[in-house]
Amino acid sequence: MSEAHPALAHHFEDAEQQHEAASLGMWAFLITEIMFFGGLFAGYAVYRMKSPEGFAEASHHLDIALGGVNTAVLIASSLTMALTVRAAQMGSRRFLMLFLILTIALGSVFLGVKVVEYTHKFEESLIPGRHFNFEGMYSRTAEMFFFFYFAMTGMHALHMIIGVGLMLALLVMAHRGRFSPEYYSPVELSGLYWHFVYIVWIFLFPLLYLIGRH
Amino acid sequence: MSHTILSKKLYCSIFAALLALTLVTVMVAMIDLGPLNTPLALGIAGLKATLVILYFMHVRYSSRLTWMFVGAGFFWLGILLALTLSDFLSRGWLPGYASSIAPEQVTTRPLEIPPQPGPSKPE
Repeated sequence: MSEAHPALAHHFEDAEQQHEAASLGMWAFLITEIMFFGGLFAGYAVYRMKSPEGFAEASHHLDIALGGVNTAVLIASSLTMALTVRAAQMGSRRFLMLFLILTIALGSVFLGVKVVEYTHKFEESLIPGRHFNFEGMYSRTAEMFFFFYFAMTGMHALHMIIGVGLMLALLVMAHRGRFSPEYYSPVELSGLYWHFVYIVWIFLFPLLYLIGRH
Repeated sequence: MSHTILSKKLYCSIFAALLALTLVTVMVAMIDLGPLNTPLALGIAGLKATLVILYFMHVRYSSRLTWMFVGAGFFWLGILLALTLSDFLSRGWLPGYASSIAPEQVTTRPLEIPPQPGPSKPE
């Protein structure tokens, strides 16, 4: 038997089993996340069926160009994240750090565009609450739409911020040479998280930005 | 560890497919397909999500147990959506009951508030 890897915990048979357990644990967490966002999507569906016209009218106040650019940025960040995990599997510290930095940069671009979008909404008084001001036939349901918009994209942005934090931690760990082809579970699991957050956006983009556009 | 290392080419083609599908979903949204717009948008989104889960998240190359976990997650999401929507969508079906899903379209009897007996408030 070869000597056990220092990252192998004593209650696991081997690194393979440890990796499998870690990955299943991450999926269990992601299932709770699916249910969490699922509740928001269910609420969205109920209110959109209540007044489809109102949701369509309110959706026209969102900027497809900014939303589309952000979608592309997230797709690119998902690719760099996949390549980060690949670099960890290959044991290339240089590429691991390079792709981590790229992922952090793309995630930050996404959040920056989100700040610009939120600022526009603030200037147009589209923040639900006392100062909500919507000129159109369906101002009540438009307010509900923007409530969902801010709740859903806000929770998504919070997940992105946490994701960028994870990437920064990985960057420090990678710099210290913690990862090897034998042990890279933290990279793999953070990758699962990052891709999950992108999947949420896959559904948010058409449901918020692209309704009633014809 | 014996993990499948996917080629850069595969990752890049998934990336290209995701970008192309995003373009398709934007273009399709500009065309009036009647009631089909939303199902189509959700279908494309589902396809994109499947690509990400299978390849970027390596589920295609993972153990059966991982498959089961992922499947169970989406199965439970299905329960959440199906039961919620079957309730809200079917509320208007019984005659005599107002639909809570479309209050604008249903004429309900306005709630009559009987005049309150007792002394009126001082001005």
